[in-house]
Amino acid sequence: MSSPVQDLSVLHQRREQRLMLALALPALLVILLLVVLPVGWLAWQSVYHNGFTLENYRRIWSEDIYWRSFALTFQISLLVTLLSLLLGYPIAYAASIAPKRWGIIILALVVLPFWTSVLVRAYAWLALLQRTGVINQVLRQVGVIDEPLALVHNTFGTVVATLHILLPFMVLPLYATMQQIPRDLMQAGASLGAGPMLTFWRIFLPLSLPGVLAGCTLVFVLTLGFYITPELLGGGRTIMISMLVSRNVELYDQWGAASAVGVVLLVAVGLIFFAVSRFIPLDRVLGQK
Amino acid sequence: MTMSRPFRIALVVTCALVLLYLILPILIIAPMSFSAARYLSFPPPSLSLRWYQEYFGNPAWMQATRVTLTVAVLTVVIATPLGVAAAYAISQSKWRIMRLIHMTLLLPLVVPIIITAVGIFFVFAKVGLAATMTGLVLANVMLGLPYVIISVAAGLQSFDATQEMVARSLGMNRLRSFFVVTLPQIKPSVIAGGIFAFISAMDETIVALFISGGQYQPLTKRMFTALRDEIDPTIAAISTLMTAVSFMLVLVATSRSKKGA
Repeated sequence: MSSPVQDLSVLHQRREQRLMLALALPALLVILLLVVLPVGWLAWQSVYHNGFTLENYRRIWSEDIYWRSFALTFQISLLVTLLSLLLGYPIAYAASIAPKRWGIIILALVVLPFWTSVLVRAYAWLALLQRTGVINQVLRQVGVIDEPLALVHNTFGTVVATLHILLPFMVLPLYATMQQIPRDLMQAGASLGAGPMLTFWRIFLPLSLPGVLAGCTLVFVLTLGFYITPELLGGGRTIMISMLVSRNVELYDQWGAASAVGVVLLVAVGLIFFAVSRFIPLDRVLGQK
Repeated sequence: MTMSRPFRIALVVTCALVLLYLILPILIIAPMSFSAARYLSFPPPSLSLRWYQEYFGNPAWMQATRVTLTVAVLTVVIATPLGVAAAYAISQSKWRIMRLIHMTLLLPLVVPIIITAVGIFFVFAKVGLAATMTGLVLANVMLGLPYVIISVAAGLQSFDATQEMVARSLGMNRLRSFFVVTLPQIKPSVIAGGIFAFISAMDETIVALFISGGQYQPLTKRMFTALRDEIDPTIAAISTLMTAVSFMLVLVATSRSKKGA
């Protein structure tokens, strides 16, 4: 038997829960109606067209263009992830060990492009990389090249612009992790006779790995679903997964096919997040955005 | 930390090059927008405001600008209170279901936007919200909510919740104690969240490509279509203006949140 006091506290707790639920409800409704419902609809449509069918998935499985596009997308995602780690690690490292003012300046320069429209940056890269663009003009004037280089409307241009857009997503989690590494550890290593290289390899680098994982996950997953840069800078030759989705809708009116491609992409993203969540908490990956 | 000299120099040079790569595209747009040439060239042969006149004199661009600004303002007005309420509930409640709700509310960041965009397009086409202002605003509220929630939840984390309890024990009702005690203290994070929702709505392109149409096309959709066809220097002018607006807003957002910290 519960005492009246307990009953009262349970009652109070229930009321509190109902209130909190009510507060979260409007936002939840928006997400349910505009994310969960549409994506569910998408999934349904991918297997239902006048009856249950796996035709859309069979086509993805058997048609060459889908395979090529998926393979290319994964290659580009891997490449962008590796490059962003390669470029982002030194930046984050420098920001974390530099005197405070320099650290802030470095971070500000990293975040600045972050708040510039993706479209604006894609445009800027078009202007820089095209045949008559800034880079080709400068190289020709200097005399390095005679013919303009094909820097854009191909995979190269797509990678350069995608990397540019996603680099901050690598640097920020790296920096957040590096900042939490206690400096005493390196000093302790040094006092025990380890040189700077050794303390970096044996102490700093291993401790920064959670940040590396978080950054790599974000960049990889975001590249998988990237749309604007391959569409504008890929020149119709770099067909990434997202473009399969949009073309099936816009050009061919094949909603079922588009949905199936979308579902495959979503499953891939879900699996990656699930695998990563076994090593580091997901809010740590997402909190950086 | 001690570092060998060559290593130090290598680090500084690497950082300088990477930062240049990050900043260069943003620096290149503004001078191009003031060029008098028909084709993009750098440095511009001579300066003019030609592309700004083109932009401000073109009714289609102006209509798109009105749509973008209306959508962004309405997004902030709707997403901010919804996000604040949700963030408050998430931070107050230790209930397990609330954790699930929290994860659900961050879904727009996880699901690739192209998938959300196509899904919304299907749903809107069915219910007649395609190519409407309402549809555009709804979609942007959804995309902006996570920014408000993350920002406000972070603000609430550093806020001492017992203060609100004290106010309530002194006889204030819950709503009043929130507005009088809590809200003023988390104000910087609320403003920052709202600003990020505004920028998100202003820059949003992919969903708009699918669901907007007719007279309710935002700037980004028109820019995207123009970019696919040819490189129109008017876009450099618009890009410069958009970047300027973004930077000013970010400056406001970050200086506010610093004051609160």
